[in-house]
Amino acid sequence: MTVSDLTVVRRKRTPAERVLAFFGRGIVNVLLIIVAVFWLVPTVGLFISSLRPIGESTSSGWWTVFTAPAQLTLENYANLLSNPTITGSFWNTVVITVPVTVAVVVIGALAGYAFAWMDFPGRDWLLIAIIVLLAVPLQVGLIPIARMFGAIGIFGSIIGVILYHIAFGLPFAVFLLRNFFTQIPGELLEAARIDGASEFRIFTRIVLPLGGPAIASLAIFQFLWTWNDMLVALIFSNSESQPLTVAIQSQLRQFGANIDVLSSGAFLSMLVPLVVFFAFQRYFVQALLAGSQK
Amino acid sequence: MTQAAVAPPEPPREQPRRDGEPRRPSSGSRWRRGLIALAFLAPALVMLGALVVYPMIYTIIRSLYDRTGDRFIGWENYVTMFTSDSTFTAIRNNIIWVLVAPIACTVLGLIFAVLLDKIRWSYAFKLIVFMPMAISMLAAGVIFRGMFQENPNLGVVNASLVAVNSVFSDDAAYPGARPREDQGIVADRGLVASEGEVATGSTQNFPLVGIRQTDLPPETGNAQEAQTPGNDEISGTVWLDVVPGGGGVDGELGDGKKGLPNIKVDAVAADGTIAASAETDADGRYTLSGLDPGSYRVALPASNFDEGYKGVSWLSASFITGVIILSYIWIWAGFAMVMISSGLSAMDRSLQEAARIDGASEWKVFTRITAPLLAPVLIVVFVTLIINVLKIFDLVYVIPPGASKPAANVIAVEMWTVSFGGGNDQGLGSALVVLLLVLVLPFMIINVRRFKQEREQ
Repeated sequence: MTVSDLTVVRRKRTPAERVLAFFGRGIVNVLLIIVAVFWLVPTVGLFISSLRPIGESTSSGWWTVFTAPAQLTLENYANLLSNPTITGSFWNTVVITVPVTVAVVVIGALAGYAFAWMDFPGRDWLLIAIIVLLAVPLQVGLIPIARMFGAIGIFGSIIGVILYHIAFGLPFAVFLLRNFFTQIPGELLEAARIDGASEFRIFTRIVLPLGGPAIASLAIFQFLWTWNDMLVALIFSNSESQPLTVAIQSQLRQFGANIDVLSSGAFLSMLVPLVVFFAFQRYFVQALLAGSQK
Repeated sequence: MTQAAVAPPEPPREQPRRDGEPRRPSSGSRWRRGLIALAFLAPALVMLGALVVYPMIYTIIRSLYDRTGDRFIGWENYVTMFTSDSTFTAIRNNIIWVLVAPIACTVLGLIFAVLLDKIRWSYAFKLIVFMPMAISMLAAGVIFRGMFQENPNLGVVNASLVAVNSVFSDDAAYPGARPREDQGIVADRGLVASEGEVATGSTQNFPLVGIRQTDLPPETGNAQEAQTPGNDEISGTVWLDVVPGGGGVDGELGDGKKGLPNIKVDAVAADGTIAASAETDADGRYTLSGLDPGSYRVALPASNFDEGYKGVSWLSASFITGVIILSYIWIWAGFAMVMISSGLSAMDRSLQEAARIDGASEWKVFTRITAPLLAPVLIVVFVTLIINVLKIFDLVYVIPPGASKPAANVIAVEMWTVSFGGGNDQGLGSALVVLLLVLVLPFMIINVRRFKQEREQ
């Protein structure tokens, strides 16, 4: 690499410059540690709040645990998990998120492959249409689809929420997978075509296995997106089909009095995304990069 | 192989088409291939057509009808939109959002990404700052609403402000205290003072009421009679003239009455200057010494009884939008940082090295070489954030308490309120969605242009 050649040529730094660089690094370290603390405090605060009984939470701040750690308790979580509304809505979140993720990945992969490696009339225009749809705000569908789902009787049901998420997840999915799939070496596909493999076979035997990491990226992204949604579910679900986010937001009116439910509920809703994030953050980052870079 | 399929930062390169016309001249298979492609595309096209494209057209038409959708009213909804107070506030706030949030996130992201190069624990830092991207805006909203609560005993932000403030100013320990009546002391514009002048060598006591026993500092002892003053001294006791549980004689010590520690006492000369100051001890006693013989007014200055600094009403109408934007920055600065930092690491650094050898300062290297090379990434981040900020909903729905909701309003929340949250005017709601679409339109065009440009390269 040229860099190593150049470092040899680089002139020696004077002692003064070295001292400056040393302190510079020290300042940068201190600065970033402060930033990191600022970024961590909100989450840590919520976590500690969720472990404090309501009596403590309404009279003192979460930071008092550092002087009085005896107040910590799992009471809020015990209450939460024995509350059928919360456990039911947690289950609803799972029942909404998993099918959405699977459907978006499958439908997106099929279309992404067609856009990447098939030649058909109007392909470029369709692709541009997808890019336009990428920026369409989610809110566009709320009024018409509420009416439509009402007419066919799925307004308020889980299936309605799922369909909405699939539709609005697709532009990103198609675009992302198309970008990833174009990087598969063409020779591979061509060889398979010459051998007489059908497009579907090429798709399942070559594209899907090679696109595994790309598909993982999309899946993580879509999973988090759907899991964290509140707006769609706020309108399209009812008290039977509501996911966790909607169940928690209904407690917001009395913020102070409900802080035990709110803090533990919010943390419960974060738990799965945080695990997914820390386990697969590489893929999550890739989805963001590939999705917006092209 | 798999690596090649997932090597983002670098934009994927267009492969030369192997399935293009020259190799496959037969026209019969053209139809067949079209049909196969259609089969692959059908599920996506049906979903997108039915649930995205059709609703978009429907919304545009619907915006020209009244609340129930029965009567055509032309532009009326749009007129309402720009004249009604709440929609106007929403539009104004959205403008503030778009002007502040994307720039703040991008600038912070850029700073973090550049500084990351210089530390060893950059991976940990990235994880910490990027983590909020994974959690729901609802959870982030609950977090920020809790942090910015007004009561400094509950909200960490005001607690910190009060703590910092108390380092720099004397803590007022006894808000609301007032003199016991008919005991020779009076309240005067916030301070408590002796009714007349007090000669050196004598005693002036201050029996006070209006303080709760529970608010006394832990070191407080029973009030004691002050030492006999010398010729250049005035002494006395400041105490809480209430016996817990009742009893005792007003204005007299004893019976377990508590002294008031740490109260400032001044001797004020006739010309208004302060001749001496003292502070009461744990038992409430003070001694003003070093006085020239004569008479002085003894006063407990107002700083003893101030309400004290209580922090800022963050969630009130004046600050609420700022707080919500702050929570947004907490979530999205990590996104900007990750994108920019991968742009930086994909960059060929030889130009920068060459400039450094030529003696260019770090600042020059950054502004003249690094920043221009980063421009495409910065634009992507910026556009993504703007598109995202325009339709912001969850945070604004969650963070403000009822009273400041109107002040925090944005277009997406207003749209929800008028069409679902009680307003039931889906005509106006549709018009607001059309406004959102129009605002997003320029950025759609930017995206398409960028895509075309990259493809031509």
